[in-house]
Amino acid sequence: MNLDIMINLAYILAAVLFIFGLKMLNSPATARKGNLISALGMFIAITAVMCSKGLSYKFIILSLIIGMILGIPASKWIAMTTMPEMVALLNGSGGLSSLLVGWAEYHHHQTLDMMTAITTVLSVLIGGVTFTGSVIAWGKLSEKFYSKPILYSGQQIVNSIILVGVLIGSTLFCLDPAANYPIFIAIVVISLILGVLVVIPIGGADMPVVISLLNSYSGLAACATGFVIQNNILIVAGALVGASGIILSGIMCKAMNRSLSNVLFSGFGSTVQKAKEGAQGEVNPISGQDAYYILEAANSVVFVPGYGMAVAQAQHVVRELGELLEANGAEVRYAIHPVAGRMPGHMNVLLAEANVPYDQLVEMDDINPVMNTIDVAVIIGANDVVNPAARHDESSPIYGMPIINVDQAKTVFVLKRSMNTGFSGVQNELFFYENTRMLFGDAKQSIQALVAEFKG
Amino acid sequence: MDPQIIIFLLLVLTLSIFLGFELISKVPSTLHTPLMSGANAISGITLVGAIIATGGEGNHTSHWLGALAVIFATINVVGGYLVTDRMLEMFKKKETSSSQGEKK
Repeated sequence: MNLDIMINLAYILAAVLFIFGLKMLNSPATARKGNLISALGMFIAITAVMCSKGLSYKFIILSLIIGMILGIPASKWIAMTTMPEMVALLNGSGGLSSLLVGWAEYHHHQTLDMMTAITTVLSVLIGGVTFTGSVIAWGKLSEKFYSKPILYSGQQIVNSIILVGVLIGSTLFCLDPAANYPIFIAIVVISLILGVLVVIPIGGADMPVVISLLNSYSGLAACATGFVIQNNILIVAGALVGASGIILSGIMCKAMNRSLSNVLFSGFGSTVQKAKEGAQGEVNPISGQDAYYILEAANSVVFVPGYGMAVAQAQHVVRELGELLEANGAEVRYAIHPVAGRMPGHMNVLLAEANVPYDQLVEMDDINPVMNTIDVAVIIGANDVVNPAARHDESSPIYGMPIINVDQAKTVFVLKRSMNTGFSGVQNELFFYENTRMLFGDAKQSIQALVAEFKG
Repeated sequence: MDPQIIIFLLLVLTLSIFLGFELISKVPSTLHTPLMSGANAISGITLVGAIIATGGEGNHTSHWLGALAVIFATINVVGGYLVTDRMLEMFKKKETSSSQGEKK
């Protein structure tokens, strides 16, 4: 058998391992093994390509080592709370790599046939948008850049003009790739600018959608690169990733009751009428000690975490309180809204870090039907995802968004620093309900105080 | 590009997309973050293309571009898999978690 066939068979094996790896991610019990199997697939694919004829290894090995030196420590030391930023950066580096491969192929051959030219442009465009888009997303998530949506008049027009420019440039390039190197460079630059422009109008709370969408793009970029170099494994792997990103974006949009285009083109909260803000009634504050007495008597408690829990780093004390409540005979669950936090599944990861067993984590659709049997619902750093206005107030910007119906629990504790509004800029009427008690202060300190009460 | 190859590659693409939708739509929301970072690691498969661009035929500039691509793809691959593994390691069932102490 010749070498080329051997390499291609190895690619097929790698594809099979990727598929099994993803399949095993269906259950927390097999997921870790699945990830290892997928990594094995990657190892096989890389080993196979290294066996190709006529490669000079000096540069390759050197670059591989540099990549590992940069990648391994970062992923080992990063804190779990900053995981969304890390995922964004990793996405971006994948996109940049696709752009560079497309560029290298073009620089080498220059005389491309039409089909290859089209796919080269695609890999550069998608790769470039993924790269700068991810960098902006990273900046917004880590609050290094302004995280509110940036909107200006004529934004749609500017974006449309750029898109038309890209189309014209790409057509000219594809008609005669060899003569149009400057146009190619222009496409590279524009793709990088486009990535910035499409992410800046999107607000912090919509980041779960953006991250999963960028994830999808990085797969599609790899796919396009696969067409450029006519390589099956890139196409298969890229398509799997592309599909997964699209599914996740869809789930996130559904959880916010918004269409994808609504998320992408209209900065959430920027159009909110500020008139309705301000107190809508009296809130009932509660002291830590009174909160303890209620919790002590409760038979069932549900924690509803949000981004605020991540900011306060409160997941460990929350778990401690949960265990104390369980020891006290209460049934403890954690209800997680699909878009709580800054990326899909963000809260689940934080609670898992704090050793909360995953069978205590429940989804919104499973907890809502039994919410009226719950004695105490404890809201930690969540706001919009528990706002009952989403059910009945048609003028609310979050109207129609599925929420966790904590207001139906017998008592609701809201842990909150102050009466500031959530990311959507909407005041939460839940705070003024009769069964709601506000526990003001830093979430972590409030819970620590409760834990101390239980222990003392 | 030979039309037959194009058709073949498009067939591979179409089938993979459908397969991807089938595989992913069953993942529970608890695992969405690891799914994303795990898929992200797989998208680092461009490393295969980057390696060919770096060490294969070409000229000085295309080799440099390839080398840069290898660096970024490697970050994507190793970073993606390691981060995913770290996260998945933490997902435990009730029985095992109670016997273990806190990590930090």
